[in-house]
Amino acid sequence: MYGLGILRGLGTVLTHFVNTYLDDIRWLGRRYYNPQALAVRQGPKTAGIFTVQYPEEKLVTPEEFRYIPFLLYEVKEDGTKEDRCTSCGICAKVCPPQCIWIERTTDPKTGRPVPAPREFYIDIDICMNCGFCAEYCPFDAIKMDHDFEIASYDRTSAHIFNKERLSTSVDYYASIRPTNYAREEVARAEKEAKKAKK
Amino acid sequence: MTAAPAVEKAEVKPDEEFPGIAAPDTRKGYGGYLVAPEHLVEVVTKLRDEAGYNYLSSATAVDYLEEGKLEMVYHLYRITGGPALVVKAQTPRDKAVLPSLVPLFPGADLQEREAWDLYGIRFTGHPNLKRILLWEGFWGHPMRKDWKEPYFEEETKPFDSRWPGGAVFRSEQHNPFGHNVKYPDGFTLEGWTPEADKALYAGLGTVTDVNAGSLKTDQIVVNLGPQHPSTHGVFRIAATLDGETIVDLEPVMGYLHRNHEQIGERNTFLQNIPFTDRLDYLSSMSNNLGYALAVEKLMNVKPPERAEYIRVIMVEMTRIANHLWAIGFLLNDLGAFFTPALYAIQERELILDVFEATAGSRMMCNYMRFGGVARDLPDGIEARLNELAFERLPRKVDELDAYLTNNEIIRSRCIGVGVLPAEQAIAYSTAGPVLRASGVPYDVRRADPYSIYDRFDWNVAVRYNGDVYDRYLIRLDEIRESIKIVQQALRDLPGGEIQTGKPQYQVRVPAGEAYGRVDNPKGELGFYVISTGKPNPYRYHVRAPSFINLTPFGEMCKGHKVADVVVILGSIDIVLGETDR
Repeated sequence: MYGLGILRGLGTVLTHFVNTYLDDIRWLGRRYYNPQALAVRQGPKTAGIFTVQYPEEKLVTPEEFRYIPFLLYEVKEDGTKEDRCTSCGICAKVCPPQCIWIERTTDPKTGRPVPAPREFYIDIDICMNCGFCAEYCPFDAIKMDHDFEIASYDRTSAHIFNKERLSTSVDYYASIRPTNYAREEVARAEKEAKKAKK
Repeated sequence: MTAAPAVEKAEVKPDEEFPGIAAPDTRKGYGGYLVAPEHLVEVVTKLRDEAGYNYLSSATAVDYLEEGKLEMVYHLYRITGGPALVVKAQTPRDKAVLPSLVPLFPGADLQEREAWDLYGIRFTGHPNLKRILLWEGFWGHPMRKDWKEPYFEEETKPFDSRWPGGAVFRSEQHNPFGHNVKYPDGFTLEGWTPEADKALYAGLGTVTDVNAGSLKTDQIVVNLGPQHPSTHGVFRIAATLDGETIVDLEPVMGYLHRNHEQIGERNTFLQNIPFTDRLDYLSSMSNNLGYALAVEKLMNVKPPERAEYIRVIMVEMTRIANHLWAIGFLLNDLGAFFTPALYAIQERELILDVFEATAGSRMMCNYMRFGGVARDLPDGIEARLNELAFERLPRKVDELDAYLTNNEIIRSRCIGVGVLPAEQAIAYSTAGPVLRASGVPYDVRRADPYSIYDRFDWNVAVRYNGDVYDRYLIRLDEIRESIKIVQQALRDLPGGEIQTGKPQYQVRVPAGEAYGRVDNPKGELGFYVISTGKPNPYRYHVRAPSFINLTPFGEMCKGHKVADVVVILGSIDIVLGETDR
């Protein structure tokens, strides 16, 4: 019969339509603004309406999610901050769009380079969020952030991040990437132990 | 198809058949044959008709500045499968002229126009040799090694200003908008109309005499795009119409051109990987793989077992996601506004979630490395993949099939529309679903196997009518085959390393040339890479399936209505990031 294909197709649409209500009933009014329901809604068992009520609801960013690099510092016992960065320049060399600028510190007395950056700039208009800098940093000093809401009012002045803007504590890093942090700490401890043996 | 000659299977040695005309390329790391330009057509004709090399995969140029030569490199394949036969022809840089291969392979059309545009090689006998990616007011041929762009800072990356000086600047400060353009000698913008547009504007409102049966009608030129929702991006179609019927049609592209290949030659080998994401941005995983394979050929490394399996899983998942998108938007082009598209996109989102958790980004994955992958599958992703591949996706593809395939409107709009016969599909160098829907079972994964595709049990999807409906059906078939591959790969997924050797930010690539090709969801994606042993590739060429699949577009549309043009374009499934590069 001509038109049967269309009717069958509309049947699929009707199933989807009914499913949205069935799923609403299943959650009894707790379908939205509820992290558990969001996980199910965005998982492979999802049924009914798929959308996320942004900004009230936000998707959980997975650990590996990468967006704009930041620099790590460690807080020492006396409260001073110590950059992990040694200004070796690997991140600036590997950066595909060349958006990283590093000014190396030189010792005023000897004129020799000191392993710490005087300034560190990232032009985030140019950054393509590839994550190479974090991946190839031998000191775990630069990592990719999770914060994707970075809109600003003026692109000409606000989009070159300097060292102050980029620096973040190691604790923050440990909070957004716990598995990576744990793995790297083990590796660092091993390295330290090896060094101590020598 | 052209009849298979008896010598089909034998290996062909052009230097023995054409003594004095063809000679093996003896440069270190190179292969193929150098042919005297005046005999190029003769040699290629014989290779095509007698040796069965009837599929011109890629035609591209290389600039050897020091030798003062430009070289065209042709990759010829047999449509029945097997490795490439590479033919090269050289011409002096200052007077670059080569015979056109368009009379033999219509698929060389857009590629030769690209070589003219970017390298300035004039092709004698080309029916329509004009710029394709750039506009007529562009000065010079930007892929030549002595050409410098307005943003020029240094020949190769990394730039010296970045470290250890660190004097930051915004590129706009050095290149104020409006002052970074150079025009050819004698070119003025005042009152300038592009050559191609003259015909277009002259056609508007002018009465030309057309005999359409008993009715006297006018021909009119209609411009579709570049800003048009149905063109899937900034793509323009200049169509000559008789009434509502297409008489002639020409695709106009280049609006998204960013000279990807030039950027690629400035980059180091590793830096190119995230740039390949931005080609066909719907299937970045397979783009990564194509490029990684080409460089791995040069480096002679092989990824470990686990990495191979992860690669296959990711690439096939990409294919599923891409085809879901293609089917959804084909329906949009047919006028089914977004209901089918969103049903398809929902499943794609679940796949992108997997990519985000593994690679760190939903679309710009940047996941493959030379000799492995960037990182292992995180916890819980294997379970998620299992659930998708064994449970959800098969069910949802069946649902999509039941929903759309027998719909009478879809059938009447698609069956018999935009037919591309098998001989033409081969001659036009089309690839992927477009080629296979025309009855040519040519899939790089089977014809010239790479990675570990020979270990899985799957079929090359093929359909025989070559119309829009078959191009829709073949995408469903391919999704099903891909699910089969993913299921087997997940079942056999071994443990172990994911990277051969230590990850390095500066890889050493021995001198030579390599052509790595993969069967991308859109068609055959090839990367032609030349290394001179330096940290940056000397030549980096992308054989873009979206670009080359557009060659027969005008032919496919002739005789159809304007509304069908949109559907035919949707069935080719192009992404402008790749078409314009």
